[in-house]
Amino acid sequence: MIRRPALLGYCAAGLSALGLALFAGWWQVDGPGAPEPIGQLPLALPSMDFRLTDHEGQPVGPETLIGRASMVFFGFTYCPDVCPTTLSDITGWLDALGEDAERLNVVFITVDPERDTVEAMAEYVGYFHPAIRGWTGPEAQIARAAEGFRASYERVPTEGGDYTMNHTASVFLFGADGRFVSTIDYHEPREVAVPKIRRAMNEEARGAS
Amino acid sequence: MNRMTIATLATLAIALGGPGSAFAGSEDVVVEGAWARASIGTSRPGAAYMTLRNTGNEAVTLTGIMTPIAMMPEVHRTATNDNGVSTMAPAGDIDIAPGESVALAPGGLHAMLMRLQEPMIEGESFPLTLTFSDGGKVVVEVPILGLGARGPED
Repeated sequence: MIRRPALLGYCAAGLSALGLALFAGWWQVDGPGAPEPIGQLPLALPSMDFRLTDHEGQPVGPETLIGRASMVFFGFTYCPDVCPTTLSDITGWLDALGEDAERLNVVFITVDPERDTVEAMAEYVGYFHPAIRGWTGPEAQIARAAEGFRASYERVPTEGGDYTMNHTASVFLFGADGRFVSTIDYHEPREVAVPKIRRAMNEEARGAS
Repeated sequence: MNRMTIATLATLAIALGGPGSAFAGSEDVVVEGAWARASIGTSRPGAAYMTLRNTGNEAVTLTGIMTPIAMMPEVHRTATNDNGVSTMAPAGDIDIAPGESVALAPGGLHAMLMRLQEPMIEGESFPLTLTFSDGGKVVVEVPILGLGARGPED
């Protein structure tokens, strides 16, 4: 027969083992050791890796954006509602920034490279603010870009054999060093958006000093 | 006011679809601030926006839209979820309660004009017919603004 103090000892050891296991579980799942949930913050630009082509046929990648603050968003030119609205909102923000807009990279990356060729992007961005660049490329590279920005997109068939794209409609802001600064959500008013852009541009000033 | 004038006014009221006409609800729908964005050619779908105001005492239901400039016009709804992902799908029938308005505006409901038959050119306009569940129709002339327009005043 097990003596009482020994039994207590086993119980205590068992309980502390259980406690440790629970703590370890919490640490890995919910605690500070938890992996970054996918779909949260974009990576810093220098940590991204993709090769695309701009609407003038120039090779571009995340490194193209280093040195100036950047505003990047995803969309497609066959999008009748959200994308022209986002592009015209951005045009309004850039007009509000005046000459400061020249110190900013503004990039529209298509999620529909099948229809959005370099020529299609060139024609489309031509209707909006001249600072806006349109980037396209092979589907695999678009996927890598979206992964870096933690953006998502999905092809959705529509009636009559056509398709549309669901996609992240937020605008991502980065400092001149490529660090992610903030997001402008779809349809945020100009009074909120323009100060956010200025903050990203000031990151640049702080980075330089 | 003599009897003749009253009779004339009554005839006019019927001719204009006033009280006593066949459609009990949709005739009270007032369409305001209609506009559309110009298209690039005809391969991409166009979008038109407006506000529908039900000034009557009965609910009305918008069941469909028609226009000679598009083979497949349909009211769609854009929704953006908490992760910032935008999706777009047919909106189905749209009920408008008495005294209420429904806005077709960027980022929400819009008249999606698929299979354009002609390019939508800035400065021109096109007719859009709204059909209601009571069989009534309202025709609105939609002015075409620039591709970068944000509202009817742009």
